[in-house]
Amino acid sequence: MKALDRKLFRDLWGMRGQILAIVLVIACAAAMSVMSLSTQQSLGQTQTTYYERYRFADVFALLKRAPNTLAERVAEIPGVARVQTRIVASVTLDVRGLKEPAVGRLISVPDRRTAILNDVHLRAGRYVEPGRAGEVLVSEAFAQAHGFGPGDAVTAVLNGKRQELRIVGVVLSPEYVYQLKEGDFFPDDKRFGVFWMAYSELAPAFDMLGAFNSVTLTLMPGASEAEVIERLDRLTAPYGGFGAYGRYDQTSHRFLSDELQQLRRTGTIMPGIFLAVAAFLLNVVMSRLVATQREQIAALKAFGYSKWEVGGHYLKFVMLVVVAGVLSGTAFGAWLGRGLTELYTRFYRFPLLHFSLDPGVLLLTFVVSAGAAVLGTAGAVRAAVALPPAQAMRPEPPATFRPTLIERIGLKGLLSQPARMILRQLERKPVNALLSVLGMAMAVSILIVGNFSTDALDFMMEFQFSASQRQDMTVAFVEPTSASSLYEIAHLPGVVTCEPFRSVGVRLRAGHLTRRVGVMGLEPDARLYRLLDADGRPVSLPPDGLVMSEKLARLLGLRVGQELTVEVLEGERPVRRVTLAGLMTDYTGMGCYMDIRALNRLMREGAALSGAFLAVDGRHADELYRQLKETPRVGGVTVKRAALRSFQDTIAENLNTIRFFNVLFACVIAFGVVYNSARVSLSERSRELATLRVIGFTRAEISFILLGELGVLTLAAIPVGLLMGYGLARLVSWSLDTDLYRIPPIVDASTYAFAATVVLMAALASGLIVRRKLDHLDLVSVLKMKE
Amino acid sequence: MTHAASDSAVRAAAGPSRTAVFQARGLTKVYHMGEVAVHALRGVDLDLFEGEFVVLLGPSGSGKSTLLNILGGLDVPSAGTVRYRDRDLSAADDAGLTRYRREHVGFVFQFYNLIPSLTARENVALITEISRDPMPPEEALGLVGLGARLDHFPSQLSGGEQQRVAIARAVAKRPDVLLCDEPTGALDVHTGVVVLEVIERVNRELGTTTAVITHNAVIGRMADRVVSISDGKVGGVRANKDKVAARSLDW
Repeated sequence: MKALDRKLFRDLWGMRGQILAIVLVIACAAAMSVMSLSTQQSLGQTQTTYYERYRFADVFALLKRAPNTLAERVAEIPGVARVQTRIVASVTLDVRGLKEPAVGRLISVPDRRTAILNDVHLRAGRYVEPGRAGEVLVSEAFAQAHGFGPGDAVTAVLNGKRQELRIVGVVLSPEYVYQLKEGDFFPDDKRFGVFWMAYSELAPAFDMLGAFNSVTLTLMPGASEAEVIERLDRLTAPYGGFGAYGRYDQTSHRFLSDELQQLRRTGTIMPGIFLAVAAFLLNVVMSRLVATQREQIAALKAFGYSKWEVGGHYLKFVMLVVVAGVLSGTAFGAWLGRGLTELYTRFYRFPLLHFSLDPGVLLLTFVVSAGAAVLGTAGAVRAAVALPPAQAMRPEPPATFRPTLIERIGLKGLLSQPARMILRQLERKPVNALLSVLGMAMAVSILIVGNFSTDALDFMMEFQFSASQRQDMTVAFVEPTSASSLYEIAHLPGVVTCEPFRSVGVRLRAGHLTRRVGVMGLEPDARLYRLLDADGRPVSLPPDGLVMSEKLARLLGLRVGQELTVEVLEGERPVRRVTLAGLMTDYTGMGCYMDIRALNRLMREGAALSGAFLAVDGRHADELYRQLKETPRVGGVTVKRAALRSFQDTIAENLNTIRFFNVLFACVIAFGVVYNSARVSLSERSRELATLRVIGFTRAEISFILLGELGVLTLAAIPVGLLMGYGLARLVSWSLDTDLYRIPPIVDASTYAFAATVVLMAALASGLIVRRKLDHLDLVSVLKMKE
Repeated sequence: MTHAASDSAVRAAAGPSRTAVFQARGLTKVYHMGEVAVHALRGVDLDLFEGEFVVLLGPSGSGKSTLLNILGGLDVPSAGTVRYRDRDLSAADDAGLTRYRREHVGFVFQFYNLIPSLTARENVALITEISRDPMPPEEALGLVGLGARLDHFPSQLSGGEQQRVAIARAVAKRPDVLLCDEPTGALDVHTGVVVLEVIERVNRELGTTTAVITHNAVIGRMADRVVSISDGKVGGVRANKDKVAARSLDW
């Protein structure tokens, strides 16, 4: 090994504490990036393959009832590759062992297995056989939630009649990679299941023989989805079409795409923040190193090492740190990615999902880490390159000190001599002090970012499911019903309050911007389902006009008072100009609301309703569930508490796992930064402190000088860090903003306190380590050292 | 003094037969320290000849270090020219100066400037690795009497030993010139003499043109010539009639 490289390794070893801290920070960044981006790649590739192999459709449309012959006309639409028609029906399920009713989605499949669009992947059992009554395939998610397999059965209410569904196969479908009822935000595999049934079995039960109510199609390469949708809508309109939509509005696909997008952002934003910290730390360490090695650099140059060789030497130092960080981070990230993928398989159902380390991601991680490190150390390395050797031979002039501000304004008497030394040191090197404060503030802020997602989630849950949606249960009718149904529901046992809602699928159009959403009609003074503004104050529904989610208004470029076009996608499909009358805040989905009477007027319908929100007396819940299971008009019942509980059992638990690593990373980084600050000030001051020891100061007194400085810096850093943390929380909140979810930048006091405490503890621990080093300060050698 | 006059004086003192390794003419160096201009050199004319041992004598602040740095290619003059054989150092760029230092110059500094994280052998190897025809580090260290302390770190060596490592480092590449900046400045008499003996031996045995700057007039007694420098100018050049061995020096 070359002597210069030997120097490199010995320098690294000599600074191992600080170097280790920086390596860990880079490792955290690399781990985060490798975990997120590799998982994203794996998930994305699996998605693409799955969609292709099982022919996931590009366009979906529901309608009331159309003869099978319509399929041919759909196939003639230019740009359409393949068409698949089928029957899709929602039913109430009575599942053994489940008190509340569950919702079943029945989808027809050809009697004999052919390569259909949205084909199923058989996990267990066999395909349905024609002529065997009640045979179904069931989605794996539902089957696993109940421990069902081939041979088990559930009871469904098919068009008012109870029928046994006998499971013969357990399957997966590209349409339900994420199994979620439309309009829901959490999967509830226990209470929502998808079943596939032979057409010849399903059609008669819904009076659909020779007809269909769902059409899906694939597009030819280069075809315009919007055009096909438009033509398809025109074809299906006479048959009660609800408006076709593309994959973007397909629930499962949408959640999966959003997840991929969030992974991509997680894999870039957080590592970006971490790398900024690493670059900062490297800058501190390298500047310090180059300053102390001034004379060594001069000697190297005097003997004919070129400035590039010297610069390269220090760059190599930086690169070794980066390589160590990226390598260890990659190993850890791969492990985490495996775990994350494992976790995803619990929510996203693919025939096969396995984690693979993407070489592109590794390269990207390395290049970005190296880039950040080089950027961070460019100044120090440039200083080494540019150092004129002749000048470096001369010793640095003694530092200039002056009385501090506190002393100058006459408070000198208040300060002890060591306290004065601390303050003068800080005032003399304000940039160093500022950098230390900045570093520790970064540590605080990262801790806040690592933790705030839980605060935000708690806030969202509280906002959405306690303050806004206060119903215990939502009952949806199979189709819009007259107002008298509400009366019936209201008189079921245990129902305390009952409020109607009307839900209509529409396409909103503002200029060239469009969105497909559901408009919900509510009673203007609804108490169970309230619209709230960002501060949680109720927003009242005006007698006319729309109130929509701020996010939706922003996407449509609308301000309150402006008009937009509402194209209703069902019934008589009226097209109306409506005023945006108000805004409301929501964190899941993008709501759009109207006074139910105004909505019915817009639909040119009488007092129709799609369902009702119920407040329920828990003592009568079982009886209520029993009766709801028997009510033919009821197409689905969502029990909020049950859904929330299932959310907490699954997603929240996983979020906690992810948060654990976030916080772990943040703690590592916080400690790294604080420890680094302490070490740097120790090495800068050791000579001075040794002199003090020699002239009679005690260990405790010199510790006070050094640790007092660290203490002052830490205390100054905390408020700055809290502010920065909030800023970063906003950045992350912005980066995770999708149509489906918005994470509000809510940070609890406890999170701030936690961050401050961790940094204080890190400061204390670093202080103790430095203190130990101080105790072992070799006075003679320190003083002999020429600095 | 005019250039022509100083020229002849310099030549006269050295004897006409020898080749000039360095030729400095009208060397001026001005530093700007903040708003103050410091005139370190104010027109220096000087020739150094092959194989000779020259002591540049002057009080601190006289400009002798600046002169040495310019001769060694560590610095460039503000005005005037300096030639190393047929190479114009005052016109060379950074790369040219680096090459010059690498190929021709050995430096010894007052504070040794060893790399503390490298052993004696490695400190020497650091330089031999980038030289064309170096002697093995062990041989260089043997030359300065440190053959037994090859694997000691600088912190394990005394000041005199460290300076001898520095000399070994400087001569290991068989430089054409050895430039020593106050090599004994940080050492006691006894150790200083040992170090000077090593420099003397290098000059004698390897024939390396050697320039030593010092404020210690006693050291001038071991030189072929003594160039006095004061206030940025050459005050006088004196050829040593009765040059003595370093061993007999005392101060």
